[in-house]
Amino acid sequence: MLSRKLEFVSPEGLRIDGRRPNELRRIQARVGVFMQADGSAYIEQGNTKILATVYGPHEVSRKNKPLHDRAIINCEYRVASFATAERKKPVRTDKRALDLAAAVRGAFEGAVMTQLYPRSQIDIFLQVLQSDGGNRAVCINAATLALMDAGIAMKDFVCACSVGCIDDTPLLDINYIEDSAGGPDLTVAVLARSRKTVLVEMDSRLHIDRFDDVLRLAIDGCQAIHSILDSAMVERTKALLAGAASGADADL
Amino acid sequence: MMDVEPSSSSSSSAMQSSSDYSSAAIAGAAELFIAANGRHIVCPGDTITTETSFMRGHGTYFQQQSKDENEQPAQLTAAYAGIVERVNKLLVVRPLRTRYSGEVGDVVVGRVTGLGGKRWKLDINARLDGILLLSSVNLPGGVLRRRSAEDELMMRDHLTEGDVISAEVQSLFSDGTLSLHTRSLKYGKLHYGSFMSVPSALIKRCKNHFHDLPCGVTMILGLNGYIWLSETRATAQMQLNPNDEIEETSFQITSINARSNIARIRNCINALASRHMPIYDSTVVYAYDASLEFDVKALLQPEAIDKITAHARALADPGAM
Repeated sequence: MLSRKLEFVSPEGLRIDGRRPNELRRIQARVGVFMQADGSAYIEQGNTKILATVYGPHEVSRKNKPLHDRAIINCEYRVASFATAERKKPVRTDKRALDLAAAVRGAFEGAVMTQLYPRSQIDIFLQVLQSDGGNRAVCINAATLALMDAGIAMKDFVCACSVGCIDDTPLLDINYIEDSAGGPDLTVAVLARSRKTVLVEMDSRLHIDRFDDVLRLAIDGCQAIHSILDSAMVERTKALLAGAASGADADL
Repeated sequence: MMDVEPSSSSSSSAMQSSSDYSSAAIAGAAELFIAANGRHIVCPGDTITTETSFMRGHGTYFQQQSKDENEQPAQLTAAYAGIVERVNKLLVVRPLRTRYSGEVGDVVVGRVTGLGGKRWKLDINARLDGILLLSSVNLPGGVLRRRSAEDELMMRDHLTEGDVISAEVQSLFSDGTLSLHTRSLKYGKLHYGSFMSVPSALIKRCKNHFHDLPCGVTMILGLNGYIWLSETRATAQMQLNPNDEIEETSFQITSINARSNIARIRNCINALASRHMPIYDSTVVYAYDASLEFDVKALLQPEAIDKITAHARALADPGAM
């Protein structure tokens, strides 16, 4: 299927799924999907569908040691067995899952104001319901919304985006087919306002001359994602206020 | 396998020129300022003000906009998704839902999760477990009783893991841990009732958090979002001898009628919580009154929830009263 003949960008400048090289997939975000969790969010980015739930800050679980000056961030990542085209048996210790969870945790340690929550722990659970490329980036976007829904103090939105580079063309927000082409896959997470990067990861190699273009496209993509996440969060806040718009302006 | 899914026009146009995007962001910020009945909704990273005369309150921080610190003053930035509140020069961002952060004097309901070292640990829906010291409970024999080593060994007889109690916040430690006490007849172990939990922000701070509802249900609204519902019982004999700890462990049957009332109140509170409405005695009673036309189990249906919460909202609105 992935022969070299496969054309990733047509002569008309369209990708396999009809997008332009610098176009994102359609993003739909819903905040607050669970009552039970402190915070939750569900994001569909194209066909990648990810559910993030946040519990905490709460007392540190037994296996971790509390830090006296800040909170521990704990992140777990699971891919549903039905998430990929071929059904996968669940594996107990998936190294790639641990790796991804560590990357997400690292990204949020730079954004969450952990020093406000000494001796506590914040749990982020990421569940992939459908996997179509860019999981790492979509996980970060979903976790951002879930953390905000949980009322956890953050410096800024953490927005992430992946960029591939096939035949010297940088492709924004690559899907599974483009990812499987074997080209470089750069995932960047930035603090949206200050444009500080909190995560830059790339597998496979990319020529240094191209890197600048690819990175810039990724950061532009993050900015576009930020506006979508921001409006989702404002919608959620408005909805809660509208539900509470009874007599209780003073106490809510 | 692949569906063609064009991205939304706003995001693609934003991609094409960065100047477009930034102007859209500014317009968006202006809109946010007046959204929702003039309330200022913010998300983390949003600039609240660039004026330097304001004080930094909870949920805000100063952010340096540009590299050279002399040119641009630090901006007051939001750290929560919520609404901005102003008290004179103090700016605060309040998140709409968050963990319980206690204040001294709050009534809370908690569940014992562990004990040791002369203290019980309680889950009180806060950032850290609450602690109840052996010295802050009333033991049988009156207030002036000395606490001996035997008392320490007998702690599990008094309260054990899984017990639900009501208590009051006695003090706050520097790391945010709440220290509780039950040195009043109002507080102590809870029996024969139903426990439920709602977001703590919904519980309105009132003079009284113990309510005997007209339908024969006693409701304890913990400010931490934990609620205890039980049948109202006569408390006459309790007040006779206030120096003795009341350890009423004799088995008491809750009537089927009281059980169904407890279930009804519980469903009403869940309905209020699902519509993010404030929970205090009046709203619960209003919701209960409106719920009487439904079966208890019908109160789980969205139509019934909408109806009873709309009723409670109309009555609780001070403008309408």
